[in-house]
Amino acid sequence: MEIPYTYKARPDTGLYNAKVGIWLFLASEIMLFGALFSAYILLRVSAPLGFWPDVALAWPRGLLNIPIGTFNTAVLITSSVTVVLAWAALKMNNFARFRVYMVITVLCAFAFLGIKSFEYNDKFSHYVIRLQDGKALTGHIEVDGKHPRFWNFSDQWSLAKLADKKVTKIKVEVDPERDINGHPKKGASHHHEVEVAVSDIVSLGSYTPATHPFFAVYFLITALHGLHVLGGALVLGYFAFPGAKMWKSNPEQFINRIEVGGLFWHFVDLVWIFLFPVVYLL
Amino acid sequence: MQSTASHAHTSATDSSHGHEHHEPGFFSKYIFSTDHKVIGIQYGVSSLLFLLFGFFLMLVMRFQLAYPGRAVPLVGPLLEFVLGEDMAKGGIVGGDLYNSFGAMHGTIMVFLAIVPVLFGAFGNYVTPLQIGAPDMAFPRLNMASFHCYFLGGVVMFASFFTPGGAARSGWTSYSPLASITDPTNLFDGQTYWLMGMVLLITSSLLGSVNFIATIIQLRCRGMSWMRMPFFVWAQFVTGFLLLLAFPPLEAAGLMQLMDNLFGSSFFLPQGLVVGGTPLQVSGGGSPLLWQHLFWFLGHPEVYVLILPAIGIVAEVISNNIRKPLWGYKSMVYAAMSIGFLSFIVWAHHMYLTGMGTKVATFFQTTTMMISIPSVIILTALFISLWGGSIRFNSASLFALSFLPMFGIGGLTGLPLGFNASDIFLHDSYYVIGHFHYVVAPGTMFAVFAGIYYWFPKITGRHMNEVLGKLHWAGSLFFMNCVFAPMFIQGFKGMSRRMSDGGTTYFGQGVDPGILKLNNMILWSAVGLGICQIPFIINFFSSIFAGKRVTSDNPWQATTLEWATPTPPPHGNFLQEPVAYRGPYEYSVPGAKSDFTPQGDKN
Repeated sequence: MEIPYTYKARPDTGLYNAKVGIWLFLASEIMLFGALFSAYILLRVSAPLGFWPDVALAWPRGLLNIPIGTFNTAVLITSSVTVVLAWAALKMNNFARFRVYMVITVLCAFAFLGIKSFEYNDKFSHYVIRLQDGKALTGHIEVDGKHPRFWNFSDQWSLAKLADKKVTKIKVEVDPERDINGHPKKGASHHHEVEVAVSDIVSLGSYTPATHPFFAVYFLITALHGLHVLGGALVLGYFAFPGAKMWKSNPEQFINRIEVGGLFWHFVDLVWIFLFPVVYLL
Repeated sequence: MQSTASHAHTSATDSSHGHEHHEPGFFSKYIFSTDHKVIGIQYGVSSLLFLLFGFFLMLVMRFQLAYPGRAVPLVGPLLEFVLGEDMAKGGIVGGDLYNSFGAMHGTIMVFLAIVPVLFGAFGNYVTPLQIGAPDMAFPRLNMASFHCYFLGGVVMFASFFTPGGAARSGWTSYSPLASITDPTNLFDGQTYWLMGMVLLITSSLLGSVNFIATIIQLRCRGMSWMRMPFFVWAQFVTGFLLLLAFPPLEAAGLMQLMDNLFGSSFFLPQGLVVGGTPLQVSGGGSPLLWQHLFWFLGHPEVYVLILPAIGIVAEVISNNIRKPLWGYKSMVYAAMSIGFLSFIVWAHHMYLTGMGTKVATFFQTTTMMISIPSVIILTALFISLWGGSIRFNSASLFALSFLPMFGIGGLTGLPLGFNASDIFLHDSYYVIGHFHYVVAPGTMFAVFAGIYYWFPKITGRHMNEVLGKLHWAGSLFFMNCVFAPMFIQGFKGMSRRMSDGGTTYFGQGVDPGILKLNNMILWSAVGLGICQIPFIINFFSSIFAGKRVTSDNPWQATTLEWATPTPPPHGNFLQEPVAYRGPYEYSVPGAKSDFTPQGDKN
């Protein structure tokens, strides 16, 4: 028994099975990310007054690192170009060039993830602190001479934990002041360090999902997107090396696989193209 | 399955594997099979077991409603033994356990029983056969789909044994109720529920991609779109519903998981106070968001539950009245309209949330619109009966009684679609009566019809007709005795969210008569359970001792699944099937018999 049209196109639809399958899968993915984006919009527009944006801080706009995000966008777009070039190279029967472009694609994917984890790290050690006098400040903190690091969850601090560990003072490397759009104010002093007594603090939380729904949205969408990048990179990497055996046995089907993998990769890229302006810039 | 084992071997020699074919072992044949028919049977057996389990949960709940605070007879000690003393002390179902059972009854029935039996079991077994395909487009995805489903079922089942018991926030898992977790016990029933749902959604994603791709790509020669049996059309539309409606619930599930495990506030508003103490969360979330995302799945899901059932009924009815379906094309277009409209009616489940009258008006309008195609389908099926010479076998009796039962279920939905009347009825037993009429005597009767109808193709043996008719008569009678009183209770304003069946309000101006109906419902449900015994006996004894079929087409049907050997071997067809005509060429004037199969050239 053989299933028809596994790699040859069906005459009346003009498609092979996997191409129908991947488009359907992508339709489903659009609904998944669409739901998350809609949730973000709904949460933001229906937020209570003074909560989003925050009254005491120009919050949560401008908290994400736009230059790094822009660079990451460029990295992903590059990988989208190279994945097409890899497919085109196969079409032109040039396997060596295919492998080079595919390797670049996968390297871009991992570069993206590396940069992303750098950003994550920064968020996990970045705190918002609200004080008894109604003021609030944000910045990286230092407790007992140590900066919290994201790979160690026990480094995360809460007010209860500070009291528990009998910490009386923490050092805060205060962020430059920001205007209502979240941009640093003209002539705002660069990082300066202050000491804050724990007894003055009303609440304290890192830039993590528990602190504000914005971070919950940010982490959920970017983490889900990151998982897609990782999955795509693993599959494309598989096609570049162990899976490339098929180039010898069934080149037509192999090209199809690259095409289907490429379609998924473009989708992952496209999600980022929406995600970057919506989460970083708006 | 012995008679045609030789076919299976000859046609299963798969050239792409490149190794010599050998007899598959037990595991590769029954557990890791990629054959759509075996996967269909796997789905069928597991979903029927879940169905029985969900029914058992319901019986325990109905006992608690009729006799609140009394130890459950027979199974009470078992509950105490299995779930522990703090859950079911002395075999008494307390409020918490009742809530758990309620949530899991809904979850199991919808996601683990009805959808898998319709889409997974019948869809898998019948769809490729009816379009003349050798298998599904992606057999390995099909296997993965079943495994995800099964794992999801195991996770759901395991949640009963977690500390604190299974999820107890209803099958809808409304936040904030579902998000208020004990911080010392993060992996509670709700977390299990969410993880189970992610697995089930993955399973449904793989399944729906596979079904749609199969129907688009693998139709045999001559099988044009309008020659597809209505069952295939129903599966096709259902596939799109599952494909596009489930992901938002997955997104919502991930958000709720974040709320429960990482303390975020997607669904938690500011200033939430639980048990007198303010909740230590950032707040700023929206409980309405969960409901929107849930019902964005929830409403298309209703049509996932009913469209394939209508598909089965259409096949069984057309075959047993020996007439083509009246208005086949309008049924197809109606099914497509239902598919589209079902995506824009979801908020009629949320009139009580205070989302605003303008929004409610929009959804009220679309809800009235979607009743039109539903009525078109039902009317077409009723008109089809006119002038037919109807064969009253078990399959046909179940299919015929589906029509009025689904009719009652559908028509009682209209008052719920209107904003004004819904506000009174929504939290009452009326709603329970309404949707159970659609799903229990509706969908379940279609499932039984399908089992009696395709059983000879699957096993090569007939099911016993006497037991089958006993099963039908008893089920029809007791189903109505269970669900019709709920309408009365609902009109009298009995809330559907009380674990004591309303005794709290006894003597406070509540008509005591409606509480007595709880007893009637309980004993009718027991009767309904007893009526399934002939079916279970029939099912198992017929596999081994049923009357053997004498031809590959025992019902003298027209569609392509009957052109295969019995049971169909791996790869299904012995020669390449070709569809020469429409699916329901019964009693064609001038034809040599009263049926002309799709695959017959002349």
